[in-house]
Amino acid sequence: MLDIKNLHASILDTEILRGLSLSVKAGEVHAIMGPNGSGKSTLAQVVAGHADYVVTEGSVEFNGKDLLELEPEERAREGIFLGFQYPVEIPGVNNAYLLKAAVNAKRAHHGQGEMDAFEFLKLAKEKMSLLGMDPKFLNRGVNEGFSGGEKKRNEILQMAMLEPSLAILDETDSGLDIDALKSVAEGVNALRSPDRAIILVTHYQRLLDYIEPDFVHVLSAGRIVRSGDKSLALELEEKGYDWVKEAATA
Amino acid sequence: MATESEHIESLVNRRYEHGFVTDIESEGLPPGLDESVVRAISALKKEPQFMLEWRLQAYRQWREMQEPEWAHLHYPKIDFEAISYYSAPKSDKDRPKSLDEVDPKLLETYDKLGIPLHERARLAGVAVDAVFDSVSVATTFKDKLSEAGVIFCSFSEAVQNHPELVRKYLGSVVGRRDNFYAALNAAVFSDGSFVYIPKGVRCPMELSTYFRINAANTGQFERTLIVADEGSHVSYLEGCTAPMRDENQLHAAVVELVALEGAEIKYSTVQNWYPGDENGKGGIYNFVTKRGDCRGADSKISWTQVETGSAITWKYPSCILRGENSVGEFYSVAVTNNMQQADTGTKMIHIGRNTRSTIVSKGISAGKAQQSYRGLVRIMPQAEGARNHTQCDSLLIGKNCGAHTFPYMEIRNPSAKVEHEATTSKISADQLFYCRQRGISEEDAVNMIVNGFCKEVFKELPMEFAVEAQALLNVSLEGAVG
Repeated sequence: MLDIKNLHASILDTEILRGLSLSVKAGEVHAIMGPNGSGKSTLAQVVAGHADYVVTEGSVEFNGKDLLELEPEERAREGIFLGFQYPVEIPGVNNAYLLKAAVNAKRAHHGQGEMDAFEFLKLAKEKMSLLGMDPKFLNRGVNEGFSGGEKKRNEILQMAMLEPSLAILDETDSGLDIDALKSVAEGVNALRSPDRAIILVTHYQRLLDYIEPDFVHVLSAGRIVRSGDKSLALELEEKGYDWVKEAATA
Repeated sequence: MATESEHIESLVNRRYEHGFVTDIESEGLPPGLDESVVRAISALKKEPQFMLEWRLQAYRQWREMQEPEWAHLHYPKIDFEAISYYSAPKSDKDRPKSLDEVDPKLLETYDKLGIPLHERARLAGVAVDAVFDSVSVATTFKDKLSEAGVIFCSFSEAVQNHPELVRKYLGSVVGRRDNFYAALNAAVFSDGSFVYIPKGVRCPMELSTYFRINAANTGQFERTLIVADEGSHVSYLEGCTAPMRDENQLHAAVVELVALEGAEIKYSTVQNWYPGDENGKGGIYNFVTKRGDCRGADSKISWTQVETGSAITWKYPSCILRGENSVGEFYSVAVTNNMQQADTGTKMIHIGRNTRSTIVSKGISAGKAQQSYRGLVRIMPQAEGARNHTQCDSLLIGKNCGAHTFPYMEIRNPSAKVEHEATTSKISADQLFYCRQRGISEEDAVNMIVNGFCKEVFKELPMEFAVEAQALLNVSLEGAVG
């Protein structure tokens, strides 16, 4: 589904990704781990198409399409979803309004008719009860005055509504207490499916106690230096990132 | 970040849809202003003596007055001798008796503007008075309105047919020498709309006026007077457009509202005068005095404005809350883009006991535009129990524009409750990227954010105009992100 080859990317002339390769298939859950500054979030932003990051070398293919040719909104409509580490607040814009616009933009892209307000509300309420969210969320401004946990849960709601084929969740666990973490993880687990791939970008092992990955990759200095199954995450927890850094330079 | 600013700056790329010129024969007075011009205008309008006297006094006072310079606006001095003070479509000589006699080219113009002058008016249920350059060309729905006793006609007709009402109320809210532009207007105004709602009548439809400047080098000076007698109710909308011209054109209008006991006037404006090009060439200079007088107890005047046009805007729709328990409201969305400048706001003068006012001002600046909110809340000593709430929000798009707030409060009664809230925010690259990552295009994202910002004001507009205002806003910021 996602095929990244020898990816190099910079921000403000500083190279962050230095030859990263990764292949993700439908139904798989990959965890990307690594120390601060290793390029985890950059990878997420580059795949989503953030304009501040310049790809200098390499390729990213998504379902056979050259992803780097597409605008961010086109990538989204093609089925890529990024759960933001810091979801932005958009005061005055109703959560339901943004969600409906997003859902309908995707439907239009795939030649489907617009979802009317009635259908939309029904679907939204269904997904919200699945995630244990209060329907009042829909009428609030996008992330306006939300707690950290509410913001992250709102990201998962958007993911549930948009049904992406590839979801990248960037530090979804950061800033969450254990209860919020559990509830977000439950939401993500409910969205696991054979035709959906999920990439979890995380600094800590603890998220992986709740969402079990098929593969774990360790990033250091802009490249994947180790790949393995979930036991790799536990090893990291035990030995710390210095161990990987040494391995990378060795 | 370089990418962010370039990105957002390219957001500002306006397309003005009403910039066409109608090829119509017009006749007018040569440029320049002296007493003979004032006399000529009055004579052309076949006005009674009291009107001529009133104009001449205004003119003489204007001669003595100084152009105000306190506003946060920068523009070259206006040469009042270079302006023609009267222009009319030629066919006006024998004024049309009905719509069938109106020059088809004029009707075509209003058609292009989407104004429901003809059959469409009946469908829309909106009565329209249209002012083209200096004269009023048609007023629809007269019959239906007169059944209800409502007078809705051009100002010229009102002077001819209802001189007693004109004489009683003209200048009673905005005096001849109120300010420089109001005095100029009083001297040379050529037409406008007149509305009288009799006691206890709820006007059966929305009333509406469209103003259009067509001729070059012409100033437009219209005057609107609305009188709502005891216990009556009226909702009124004005819209404005002008062709694209390289020269600046002056628009100095006066609007006077009088609400007697228990009456309610809702006045909505969608102002889309030509704003000039992206380099600041051309555009309308909009110097307007709008004031409502809540003369009777329990009366209410509500101003709602959506301002997207004009190169320069100088405008402060105000309420004088004279009657006990009277209510004044001001809801405003002002958009300035490219090189536009606006100094706009309101004045709420609390005189009566238990008077209440609400001010909600939303300013949006993009490009290199400068926008100021200037508002005065004055509580007089006798205004026991007066209350005001002011909310003043600015939204910036890009980093070359500016927003300024000048709130003035004069509280002379200790029982007053006055609140002022202000915020300034920016459409950030992060917000746009967030929306785009959800599949929403950049333009849609900007529109969504701007509309969210303006929601409180849009909900005050009559339904059909709220849609129009929203669309207008989207056009004004079109191409803003690219």
